[in-house]
Amino acid sequence: MKRFLYELSESWKIAAAQMRSNLTRSTLTALGVIIGIIAVTLMGTAVNGISIGFDKSMAVLGDDVLYVTQWPWKPVDDWWNYRDRKKIKTEYAETLNRMIAVTPNSNLVVAVPTSNLMRSIKYGGNQVDNVFVLGTTSDFIITSTIDCTAGRFFNELESRGGANVVVIGYDVADALFPAQSPIDKSVLINGQLFKVIGVNTRQGTFLGLFSWDSMVAMPLGAFNKYFSAKSESDVRVKVKDKRRLTDAKGELTGLMRRVRGLPPEKKDDFSINEQQAFKSTLDPVKNSIAIAGLFITGLSLFVGAIGIMNITFVSVKERTKEIGTRKALGARRRTILLQFLIESTALCLLGGFIGLVFAYLMCFGIGKAFPSFPIHFSLGLVLVSMIVSIITGLFSGFAPAWTASRLDPVTALRYE
Amino acid sequence: METRNSIRPFGPVVIDIENITKDYVMGEEVVRALRGVTLQIRRNEYIAIMGPSGSGKSTLMNMLGCLDTPSSGRYEFNGKNVAEMDDDELAAVRNREIGFVFQTFNLLPRATSLRNVELPLIYAGIESERREARATQVLADVGLGDRIHHKPNELSGGQRQRVAIARALVNGPSIILADEPTGNLDSKTGEEIMDLFEDLYQRGNTIILVTHERDIAVHARRTVHLRDGLIEMDHAGFIPELDLPVAR
Ligand SMILES: Nc1ncnc2c1ncn2[C@@H]1O[C@H](COP(=O)(O)OP(=O)(O)OP(=O)(O)O)[C@@H](O)[C@H]1O
Ligand SMILES: [Mg+2]
Repeated sequence: MKRFLYELSESWKIAAAQMRSNLTRSTLTALGVIIGIIAVTLMGTAVNGISIGFDKSMAVLGDDVLYVTQWPWKPVDDWWNYRDRKKIKTEYAETLNRMIAVTPNSNLVVAVPTSNLMRSIKYGGNQVDNVFVLGTTSDFIITSTIDCTAGRFFNELESRGGANVVVIGYDVADALFPAQSPIDKSVLINGQLFKVIGVNTRQGTFLGLFSWDSMVAMPLGAFNKYFSAKSESDVRVKVKDKRRLTDAKGELTGLMRRVRGLPPEKKDDFSINEQQAFKSTLDPVKNSIAIAGLFITGLSLFVGAIGIMNITFVSVKERTKEIGTRKALGARRRTILLQFLIESTALCLLGGFIGLVFAYLMCFGIGKAFPSFPIHFSLGLVLVSMIVSIITGLFSGFAPAWTASRLDPVTALRYE
Repeated sequence: METRNSIRPFGPVVIDIENITKDYVMGEEVVRALRGVTLQIRRNEYIAIMGPSGSGKSTLMNMLGCLDTPSSGRYEFNGKNVAEMDDDELAAVRNREIGFVFQTFNLLPRATSLRNVELPLIYAGIESERREARATQVLADVGLGDRIHHKPNELSGGQRQRVAIARALVNGPSIILADEPTGNLDSKTGEEIMDLFEDLYQRGNTIILVTHERDIAVHARRTVHLRDGLIEMDHAGFIPELDLPVAR
């Protein structure tokens, strides 16, 4: 054991001396690993970022909310079976709420109707197009992560009265009111004036997936008055206990069948969705992106590893006589094996370290240039790339080190 | 002081080889480097192995040093059958029991004298302070106390060979094997190295050296002549009338 430690430290010293004396060669060889590690690390941060972005977007849906919709949130092969379904009406929410109120121990809390469509919104000379306009009730705040930085969400009174008030998303506020507070200002939507009463906190956008940042919410009454024509409607239902989502789903299905008046032999003519369903459709996409990305960048690391392997073979060849001498002085096979493994590993670790520094700087730069791109340089990533470097070193050093350890001492000593 | 040709009361047998052969197969052709060598070497002997080029001297030395395995025959080192040793045991014998001195010195070029001499101690698992103390001591013994931090390219040929001898001695081996240790040195430096060997011999070391040169061989207490892979002559001392014509 003690001998192993001495041999280990000796091997590190040799490796360091070797790198120093072949500086150009070592640098050029390490370059392959440097580039490989940069590529893999950046891809790792990107994949990480995409994943976090996905999850963040998912969180907007809420994990304790069920969505009653015409179309299911998953790809369907028999779309014609869904096309002719009746639309989901906002009135259902009220009916559902009455039913929930009279159900003892209901798993459901409240049903909230939502209607939406895209519209432009103006204030003064500023205009934002394709804003997600949402009509809902004051209960919306129970089902969604709305949190106003300024002002407030509309209350029950405004909701029932269908008042011309809006709560606007962060990006909308930013675009329309670059230099002033939006609260109590009147914005123009579809030629109609609405008073801004609240601004939602920033949530960040990602790959154009849902974000409340480019949203405008108003009472359903007002929405129906001005926009009802081409809008889409859903009903979302808050669940009491998210651990009993399946029960809640069953209960809601029963209620909806009553609302629709379906006889027992008929199939459901609506869909009930939850965040999870959406996730399971998106996760494979996310994972394929991750695997493809890491595989492709992994190839560049592999090329780097081949370079290290090659140079270690050269090193073994050049130092054949030295290997013979070491064996004559009492080096065992595993001593020689260890020595060359450590040489290749040291090269890879050096390359990995330099690569990591570059990758960090690049991440930093990208983060500064595009703040919205979710790039995450974590300690875990540092550890992983160091481990990857070590594995690369061991992998690329093994064949040459094995060859060296198996050299016949006499042949090695005779080598010129 | 004893005369060169006097016989000493020898110690126990260190090397015992019987009918050793070594064949090198090169395609169709078989080179018979050793064709049946039998030899006993005792502790504190000083032997010169002589013979014409290609007679198998180096092959025999490698065999004695446990670097090479015989094609047939028996080899016992300190009473242990070498054929039955595995790689680890062989490495341990080479590390502790045998000290090699090469014609080309074979020092690690980028390491100081001290680090070169320390190497066998590392393989022996000695801790670093004791390693350094021991290596420094042995370097001083061979007259290089003031050169321990020099690298090989900062030393003369004779000094390099002294470092190599210190390295061979550092683990206190049973025998020192030197294959033409003065082959790369001028005659004056060679003579200094031979004085060092004489000194080591006087201190109780066992020395086996291969040489072509009469001036070198005269230092030994026993001379073995090889020819075509066979022992031609094996006698005490150096007898000019016998040894000179053969060596030529
Ligand atoms: N690895 C090998 N492959 C084939 N033949 C070899 C090998 N090693 C040695 N020989 C042959 O074995 C014979 C003995 O070689 P060896 O090196 O022992 O001679 P030597 O007595 O040391 O000669 P020199 O005085 O020139 O050093 C030679 O004929 C040589 O060609
Ligand atoms: Mg020879």
